[in-house]
Amino acid sequence: MEAQAIFDMLKGKFGDAVVELQGEGFSPAFVVVAPAEVNAVARFLRDDAALSFDSLMCLSGVDYKEKFAVAYHLHSMKHRHAIGLKTMLPRENPSLPTVDDVWPAANFHEREAFDLFGIAFVGSKDLRRILLPEDWEGHPLRKDYKYPDFYHGIKV
Amino acid sequence: MTTRTDALPTQEMTINMGPQHPSTHGVLRVILTTDGEVVTRAVPDVGYLHRGLEKIGERVTYAQYMPFTDRLDYLAAMNCNCAWAWAVEKLAKIEVPERAEYLRVIVCELNRISSHLIAFGSYTADMGAFTPFLYGIREREHVNDLFEMICGNRLTYNYARVGGVSGDAPPGFLEKTKEFLDYFEPKIDEYNNLISYNKIFVHRLANVAVIPAEEAVAYGLTGPNLRGSGVPFDLRKDEPYSVYPKFDFKVCVGTGERGTLGDCFDRYMVRINEMRESIKIVRQAVAQIPDGPVLAKVPRLFKPPVGEVYFRSECPRGETGIYLISDGSVNPFRLKIRTGSFVAMNIFEKVTKGLMIADIVAVIGSFDIILPEIDR
Repeated sequence: MEAQAIFDMLKGKFGDAVVELQGEGFSPAFVVVAPAEVNAVARFLRDDAALSFDSLMCLSGVDYKEKFAVAYHLHSMKHRHAIGLKTMLPRENPSLPTVDDVWPAANFHEREAFDLFGIAFVGSKDLRRILLPEDWEGHPLRKDYKYPDFYHGIKV
Repeated sequence: MTTRTDALPTQEMTINMGPQHPSTHGVLRVILTTDGEVVTRAVPDVGYLHRGLEKIGERVTYAQYMPFTDRLDYLAAMNCNCAWAWAVEKLAKIEVPERAEYLRVIVCELNRISSHLIAFGSYTADMGAFTPFLYGIREREHVNDLFEMICGNRLTYNYARVGGVSGDAPPGFLEKTKEFLDYFEPKIDEYNNLISYNKIFVHRLANVAVIPAEEAVAYGLTGPNLRGSGVPFDLRKDEPYSVYPKFDFKVCVGTGERGTLGDCFDRYMVRINEMRESIKIVRQAVAQIPDGPVLAKVPRLFKPPVGEVYFRSECPRGETGIYLISDGSVNPFRLKIRTGSFVAMNIFEKVTKGLMIADIVAVIGSFDIILPEIDR
């Protein structure tokens, strides 16, 4: 199914929660949705027979400087089509519902976004730092991250 | 007076397996909660090799990032090199000469063979058979010799370039490749005779950590781990890139031939069979390779248009997806690398519930994980 058709379908179902379609210059195209509706949209994308996006290829945090974003790359084994799902978050206390109950694959990716961007996934079954030590300060992939001079008294 | 059973405490124990443990294939720590010999919970703890490769990517140019991709999966550095090149070329819309694409496919498939040889060898060593490990290392040396011939390096190749490859195959390389394939092909039967169908080996693997097809898809498994569950999905076939559509090969899937579909044995066997398919691809590529340039004219500093690209390619350990965001400058704005091993660790806790401690070793080996790719 083409990105425009998927966008129209989601727009019809979720109305204003579906913000825009990022098509030109994006591969795959992104459907931008409101953060609060992410879980519901994800469930619909997975369960609808014409869409059946059963596989979450990738989940990434992004720092667009003025805003954070979470990008989901979806693929359907049945229909062999792909789409991106994106949601924009404020810089202050970024949080959104988890999708690990829709795709269990999301858990490690969400932990990574939490670790490196400080994005909270509400309702996650296990949200801890994954790559960095538990006592690490700050979130390195944020654009305004300051490199520390010391870690536990050791010069880095 | 207490009876004998009262004197034996049966409370659960928490045991660290790793980060230094020979069977964890690197610095992986697994926190085991055990009830006697039975594992009630196995939680993987990753990140010991985190080098911030995604952050580094935001500070170097697209071309400068190539050597860092070697350090993603050092057993299949050619595949990672090419994955990066393909992703950047898709973002910047760069045309690649056909001969370069053929050379990339040849080195990628040779690297897949050598990576699967390590997977096979280290797995059998984990299961207590040391000789096959040496056989695997022996054959891998031939591939390393070929790579040394074409790019000068034996482990971190840095061979692909944005727009092609760093240099043409030297005289004699293609002949040597053919010689290697002729030498190597019968060895796979030897491996099967030596260990694959060995009764003890099969007993250690069959019916252990069964992953049904739907679960494998839901957990995002890719590569041999997904195909081991009987899902015939291979990016080289299903989302073809480069010159893969020109070659005839089949997608190997697990069949449950010694146990249940999706068990450790199926994942092991998929890798063995994939080596044969890689041989087929390399043979065809060597026969069909056209003449011509191997590197397009790409300026050292180039600015891809503003946009976002997700490119995925089939690496030996599953899908390596590269999500690139360009803001029109010479550096990537954001770079995310999704790797097969990282995703495989996510299902680890689920499939290891209720297994014996020795089976944990079998599960880690069957996923063929590599830690630098998980931790990045």
